[in-house]
Amino acid sequence: MAERSFKKEVEHLRQGKGETFTGEGILAITKALLENGVGYVGGYQGAPISHLMDVLADAEELLGELGVRFEANASEAAAAAMLAASVHYPIRGAVTFKGPVGVNVASDALANLASSGVNGGALIIVGEDYGEGSSIMQERSHPFAMKSQIWLLDPRPSLPSIVKAVGDGFALSEASNTPVMMTVRIRSCHVTGSFECSDNVAPPLTVKDALSNPKKDFNRVVLPPAAFAHEQDKIDNRWPAAEKYIIEHKLNEMFGPSDAKIGLVCQGGMYNGVVRALQRLGLADIYGNSDIPVYCLNVTYPLVSDEFAAFAEGKDAVLVIEEGQPEFIEQTLSTFILRKGLKVRLHGKDMLPMAGEYTGKVMLDGLTAFLKEHGPDLLPGQARAPNQPAPAIPDLSKTVPTRPPGFCTGCPERPIFAAMKLVQEELGEHQITGDIGCHLFACLPPFEVGGSTMGYGLGPASNAAFDGGGEKRAISILGDGGFWHNGLSSSIGNMVFNKSDSVAVIVDNYYSAATGGQDVLSSRADNPTKATQNSISDAVKGIGVKWVRQIDRTYDVTKMRDTLREALTTDEPGPKIIVASSECMLNRQRREKPLRNKAIKDGTRVEVPRFGVDEDICTGDHACIRLSGCPSLSLKKLDDPLRDDPIAHIDQSCVGCGNCGEVADAAVLCPSFYRADVVHNATGFEKWWQGLSTSVIRWLQSRRAAKRLEFPETV
Amino acid sequence: MSIQQALAPRQPDEKLNTIIKLAVLAVGGQGGGVLTNWIEATARSQGYACQATSVAGVAQRTGATIYYMEMAPMGEVAPVFSLAPAAGDVDVMIAAEMMEAGRAILRGFVTPDRTTLIASTHRALAVSEKMVPGDGIASSEEVRAAAEVAADKLILFDMDRLAIENGSVISSSLFGALAGSGALPFPRAAFEDAIRASGKGVEASLRAFGAAFERAQNAAVDPAEATKVAPAPATAAPQGPAQLTRKWEALTTRVSALPAPAQEMAQHGLRKVVKFQDVAYGAEYLDRLETIASLDEVGHGYELTVEAAKYIANAMAYDDVIRVADLKTRGARFARIQDEMGAGDRPVALTEFMHPRAEEIAGMLPATMGAKVEANPKTMARLDRWFNKGRHVRTHKLGNFLMLYVLGGLRGYRRRTLRHRYEQEHLTRWLDNVKGAVAQNYAFAVELVRCRRLVKGYSDTHARSLSKFDRVMEGAELVRTREDGADWVARLREAALKDEKGEALDGAIQTVRSFA
Repeated sequence: MAERSFKKEVEHLRQGKGETFTGEGILAITKALLENGVGYVGGYQGAPISHLMDVLADAEELLGELGVRFEANASEAAAAAMLAASVHYPIRGAVTFKGPVGVNVASDALANLASSGVNGGALIIVGEDYGEGSSIMQERSHPFAMKSQIWLLDPRPSLPSIVKAVGDGFALSEASNTPVMMTVRIRSCHVTGSFECSDNVAPPLTVKDALSNPKKDFNRVVLPPAAFAHEQDKIDNRWPAAEKYIIEHKLNEMFGPSDAKIGLVCQGGMYNGVVRALQRLGLADIYGNSDIPVYCLNVTYPLVSDEFAAFAEGKDAVLVIEEGQPEFIEQTLSTFILRKGLKVRLHGKDMLPMAGEYTGKVMLDGLTAFLKEHGPDLLPGQARAPNQPAPAIPDLSKTVPTRPPGFCTGCPERPIFAAMKLVQEELGEHQITGDIGCHLFACLPPFEVGGSTMGYGLGPASNAAFDGGGEKRAISILGDGGFWHNGLSSSIGNMVFNKSDSVAVIVDNYYSAATGGQDVLSSRADNPTKATQNSISDAVKGIGVKWVRQIDRTYDVTKMRDTLREALTTDEPGPKIIVASSECMLNRQRREKPLRNKAIKDGTRVEVPRFGVDEDICTGDHACIRLSGCPSLSLKKLDDPLRDDPIAHIDQSCVGCGNCGEVADAAVLCPSFYRADVVHNATGFEKWWQGLSTSVIRWLQSRRAAKRLEFPETV
Repeated sequence: MSIQQALAPRQPDEKLNTIIKLAVLAVGGQGGGVLTNWIEATARSQGYACQATSVAGVAQRTGATIYYMEMAPMGEVAPVFSLAPAAGDVDVMIAAEMMEAGRAILRGFVTPDRTTLIASTHRALAVSEKMVPGDGIASSEEVRAAAEVAADKLILFDMDRLAIENGSVISSSLFGALAGSGALPFPRAAFEDAIRASGKGVEASLRAFGAAFERAQNAAVDPAEATKVAPAPATAAPQGPAQLTRKWEALTTRVSALPAPAQEMAQHGLRKVVKFQDVAYGAEYLDRLETIASLDEVGHGYELTVEAAKYIANAMAYDDVIRVADLKTRGARFARIQDEMGAGDRPVALTEFMHPRAEEIAGMLPATMGAKVEANPKTMARLDRWFNKGRHVRTHKLGNFLMLYVLGGLRGYRRRTLRHRYEQEHLTRWLDNVKGAVAQNYAFAVELVRCRRLVKGYSDTHARSLSKFDRVMEGAELVRTREDGADWVARLREAALKDEKGEALDGAIQTVRSFA
């Protein structure tokens, strides 16, 4: 079950001609796929397009009605490979994944696909994870399009433009026999808006039909001599066809006056930011009508030399607004200018920063710099010579703490890393590598476990240099998502084959949790359209690991620590694999809470656990927090003048996972923690028995109280 | 229009001023998405074009996260909106937590020319604040001061508490505060309709919305003092057998004879030690305090006595097995938990997490025997084998309760234990050190007293804190004769409270060694 359900929204995907769709970008993309007669869709989750996969999964019924096949691919490589269906058959296919890491993973398949060329439209929707909120290395997907010759669309971030780009993408792909990549940035995926719908179109040829009439063409196989022919075909036929289509169908847009001395060239995705900067400078109205010409590149690869030349004609200077580095677009435009001997001055990364997100401020500063040089009269007085000093706002940079993402309340991964911290206190620091997934948060305080991440499923592989062992064994972390994505072969298989002496911990939280709780092969839930319940331990044993320990309750910190210690000290040769399994608490709460509330309402006996801290017993050392970091375990300042430091305090958000108590126990911390299980709808006997022992306890308590001085509670 | 025409003085589009730019800065999991949807629905229902965006993904996992939206009256065609807030260009900033308000200000999203800042004063502490062994909580007051300068209009109160009091979550009260602020040109009913249309927990949401709406319209900024809690005065008299209350009164008379500035603290200290042991122990406390007071003088405002009143009490009421057992079995505790868990009259099962080690067992033995046991590694190993494991004690069950009850009743025997001997020795050494320093360097002596703050925790944590205390004391020796010795001791102590391993302390001691 995914974190967010789109069941309700998916109904809007049935809208037809004459209706207006209002909603989020990812839903608009899905609707556009259906309107364009897509025959099969697939992909791999990851921000920013995780929700697109969730939408597709929730829309499976509708997809089925139209004869569209949906595949939740095992990885981006698998998704890209699926587009092979469009090589021989005139079927439109679309896959989606995150960029650029997804493109990295898929690059082998993408290069082969691009070489073969396509018959049916092939669209790769890439969620470009760049700038604020990104969780990956900062790179662009752009060069992958360039190196494999895949056309790259970067539509304006508004729903009508995005929807149009999907249709344009398929048509361009078919017109030029080339796969097309469409990038949508994180905010575009979640931007809300409206567009006019068309009717959904069932694919003219379904994948089922194609299966009945198989086709093959040796000329499409990437083998010499065909491969050499493919490359010539790319340049001689496919590229010119694409340029022709782009010009004839006006995929790139021109805004503003046609005869100005200066102009702006921007990626489609930057358009709204450019307009906002122009609006702030008084050079555009609310609807985006600009006083300065804007050449908006909804297709950022290939760039069309004639179209650019026409735009640059008669202009003194042009500013290229291209986010990220290197500046591929600017470089190509420079080549155009030189080859054609144009007289226009080209600006770009000399006035805008080479790296980083083009935020509102960056855009405003860049445009202001350009106008100062080439159109100072256009600038409002304030920008030409600011005279009003900015008010001095106190500097809070030393006050406000950073707040990186971390483990959720009750996360089952927290005790794994608490145990790892405890083992390291005993056996010393170890060489530890991380992987991609929620478990990577362990490298942040308070755990500070793990020092690298090399790619999804590559945690153990990135420790391979240390596989020979030594005085201390290397440890690596791998999530269940990463395990099935790539880890089984690239990491565990690698360990087995090379007789690794290292330890790998596979964190199994029942889902691809970091991307929003999608099911994976080892998920415990029954999924009507997917095969789940496949054991990781069995898979690992199946490829030859002898030392495997399965832990079914990660919250048992003592057991977790002892198992880790055993893995680090055993004489057993070969890889040591610990599969640490407990359900992602976010998903578990979403599943169980409604059931529990219903049970309580229906009068069933239910125990609801929550943890607490005895204020008088806690000394305010916060050792527990350094082994936890749970959001519900916080601090509280007492109004006791004898106490200096705030004490630990557990708030209402506690889900009673038990980590606090287990850690206090395993690390021999302190006796402050208690668990209180409130019994709802207790049975009659239980109430009677409880009443009896309570009255004995109360009698004992008052007996003692009567013999000593009792101070009224001040709190 | 050509660029030449544009060179003529040009009126900026008036309609640009109708765009309202609104950002929400929240901690992942606070319901920023729900709030955004409500605002969007309200704007659309009022004939506005509206666009919202967010940065979802892993940033939502308890990290700082931002939602952004723009709206303007709908025209012939849709306006072009930006997808991200720009510094200096935000009309309404909603911060769902105090430090997120600080972050908004820090990022330049709150400016005096335009921004209405709506922020909740409650705190969701960041891990970096919680980890510090001492007090690492960031200053809300600094953020408040900055907000008062940075915001054009400020609405600041505890919206989290208000939501909880009304059985809802903070998104409802933030929405109410937004409606009440008047920053959006929509009637109250339009906001409430948006809540109703969302269809989940409507009644509670509307209650929290309404309460926040009223607050935002009236005294919109909580005064700083309202959030601070005044210490409870220690005046209420204890109850007990007549003979004991008489003795107690005698002790309080002695407190009244102490220097006036120290009396309040001494009253608190006295309660603590009597609660810990008995009235005789209270008398011992006052003996020690009076000795310190006799060395003190009015010229320093009796600072030494005040601090001694605090830390001698803390030192005497050390954390041993008997104290823990006693606190865990008190009636008032059971009542408090029942109340905190909102259990009403439902049964509550209690589980305590305890983990005694051989050291604790030896500490419980009579001093001489305990010392012998402790000196013998074999016996200690055996004790460890028997006792050293985590014990989940179910205190609501009679048998388990009785075990703790009996342990908690060993107060009469406590003075004979090994642990008590250790604590007494430690206390005496420390106080002798202080007494020896008073005449020579008063401020230095005061700082030595304050160092007692370092001793805390149980088991290993306690041992580590003692070692930190010892190292600070050693460092203090090096600067005893310096005029600025007191400052250095304070610095050493602060360093010791900064991190767990004492790395900051090591650095500070090295500095001291470099010149001492």
